[in-house]
Amino acid sequence: MASSSSKSRSTTSWSDRVFDIVVYTVLFLVTIVTLYPFLNVLAISLNDSTDSVRGGITIYPRVFTLKNYETIFAYGGMITGLQISILRTIIGTLLGLAASAMLAFTVSRMDFIGRKFVSTYLALTMYVSGGLIPFYILMRDLNMLGTFSVYVLPGIVSAFNVFVIRSFIDGLPYALQESAKLDGANDWTIFWRVILPLLKPALATIGLFLAVGQWNSWFDTYLFNGQSKHLTTLQFELMKVLQSTTTNVDSVHGRNMSEVMNQVSPESVKMAITMVVTVPILVVYPFLQRYFVKGMTLGSVKG
Amino acid sequence: MENVTPDEKAPVPAKSRGLWHKIVQQRYLLLMSMPFVAWAFVFSYLPLWGWTMAFQNYRPARGFFEQEWVGFEHFKSLFEDPTFYLVMRNTLAMSFMGLIAGFTVPILFAIIVNEVRHMALKRFVQTVSYLPHFVSWVVVAGIVTKMLSSEGAVNDLLLSLNLIDQPIQFMAQGSWFWYIVTASDIWKEMGWNAIIYLAAMAGIGPELYEAARVDGASRVRQAWHITLPGIRTTIIILLIMSIGHLISIGFEKQFLLGNPLVSDYSQVLDLYALNYGLGMGRFSFGTAINMLNSAVSIVLLLLANGMFKRMSKESIF
Repeated sequence: MASSSSKSRSTTSWSDRVFDIVVYTVLFLVTIVTLYPFLNVLAISLNDSTDSVRGGITIYPRVFTLKNYETIFAYGGMITGLQISILRTIIGTLLGLAASAMLAFTVSRMDFIGRKFVSTYLALTMYVSGGLIPFYILMRDLNMLGTFSVYVLPGIVSAFNVFVIRSFIDGLPYALQESAKLDGANDWTIFWRVILPLLKPALATIGLFLAVGQWNSWFDTYLFNGQSKHLTTLQFELMKVLQSTTTNVDSVHGRNMSEVMNQVSPESVKMAITMVVTVPILVVYPFLQRYFVKGMTLGSVKG
Repeated sequence: MENVTPDEKAPVPAKSRGLWHKIVQQRYLLLMSMPFVAWAFVFSYLPLWGWTMAFQNYRPARGFFEQEWVGFEHFKSLFEDPTFYLVMRNTLAMSFMGLIAGFTVPILFAIIVNEVRHMALKRFVQTVSYLPHFVSWVVVAGIVTKMLSSEGAVNDLLLSLNLIDQPIQFMAQGSWFWYIVTASDIWKEMGWNAIIYLAAMAGIGPELYEAARVDGASRVRQAWHITLPGIRTTIIILLIMSIGHLISIGFEKQFLLGNPLVSDYSQVLDLYALNYGLGMGRFSFGTAINMLNSAVSIVLLLLANGMFKRMSKESIF
């Protein structure tokens, strides 16, 4: 209680010691609970599939093999999925970055005549959305169903991203722009030569968000391109495999993978695809950590 | 806005000439923003026009003026559909559970991480805790299903601790579904959502903690009396934003974790709209569901914002 903990030094340090134990126990548990599933999936994906059926694989493979990976890459959908996923990640990220940086630059300029309009107009899109069905009808009316464009075009302008970059530009000294103007630079030159090079940390953050978003989406493939085999994505392939065996909800989509299932157990296939889908992210995100932590903080101030 | 006067010789009001002058002067800024404004119009604002479908018997082949208008017919049949109430119950249950757990757990986690003095360890734990945020819901759903399966890690652990005699069929029982969704969400986003709180905690002056130490306050009391009040504003802002998104919980988790056995607990508004609207081709009915969803969200956001305004006025001691 309050009186007992403040009376003597020994009781205080005793309660602090208990607190320390609680802190480190929680951290230990969080680390285990977060990492164990990934290590378990990795171990099973590298383990012989008939051996895996016996169960009991923890964080290391019992009978090491690369067969599971060979099997999934023998299936054409994986290769197409990989190509489309990479393509949409690159194109979607670049387009999104260009749009966000330019919009952020314009709304950061206090003298811009459209500033108030553009920022309100963008902010509204964060809270009002037409919903799934109207969006689907729109895509259909624009003849975008069954095309690659549904992956990259709709998400180009994102208000959240614009506001994160805007906060970053607001933190740069305005004198930089003024002195460039005195040297005769126009607004485009100021953006391209002065602002953009300084935006690297913000662009790294937003680029990571955009890339992860692109890499991880599956629903647009399911909704708009479910029938177009040449436009399948990795996440969608994984989704089909996971759903087809756990529930049989989507047996129409799952059928393609059934011949693969005959060769190795479905469990091993699932784990191997899961790793293929996850590894690129695991490799990239720790290196961008200092950027996105800052980006999140900036976004919360203004967004 | 004012019109631009084309005739340069005519006496133009100063303001209008100023505007034209400004447009020319800021042509690059306009060129850099207006195309994207048009873009957002197409992809974010045009779907709102699609709400008119909710008041029609929408037929894809017909033009806008050839549609049959039915007024609030679809809303009426929506409110008469018993499934709607089931779906609404599930949506509200999962959003409230998500709001409460998704809100308190990251704060607790941030407080705990903030207490770690060992910098390398702190960094390591944070890096690990961000990991699930970056993997897709497809992967998370696969992992959760795997861990909760009858031979999965959770059942293994419970069996070896003799807490249960037989594996629990977590994924097959509707009564577990809401908890599984909430727990998966926590597992995925706890570390990520703690970032903002940790940043806010970094801004608290160390002299406050020193003063408390001099007064003999334990670290628990320091966390309670200094750290928590220090991130109060951040907590309130984030709370309002989450209330605004309360019923827009999406459908990814429910779609990926759900199965026919638990559909009475996993159906949420967006899935309902998807099943009726696209699955059965009842576009107008689906749109009515989407519209209701958006309307409720906006009302909640405005309410939360109004509450905040009153609170922030009164809360300055």
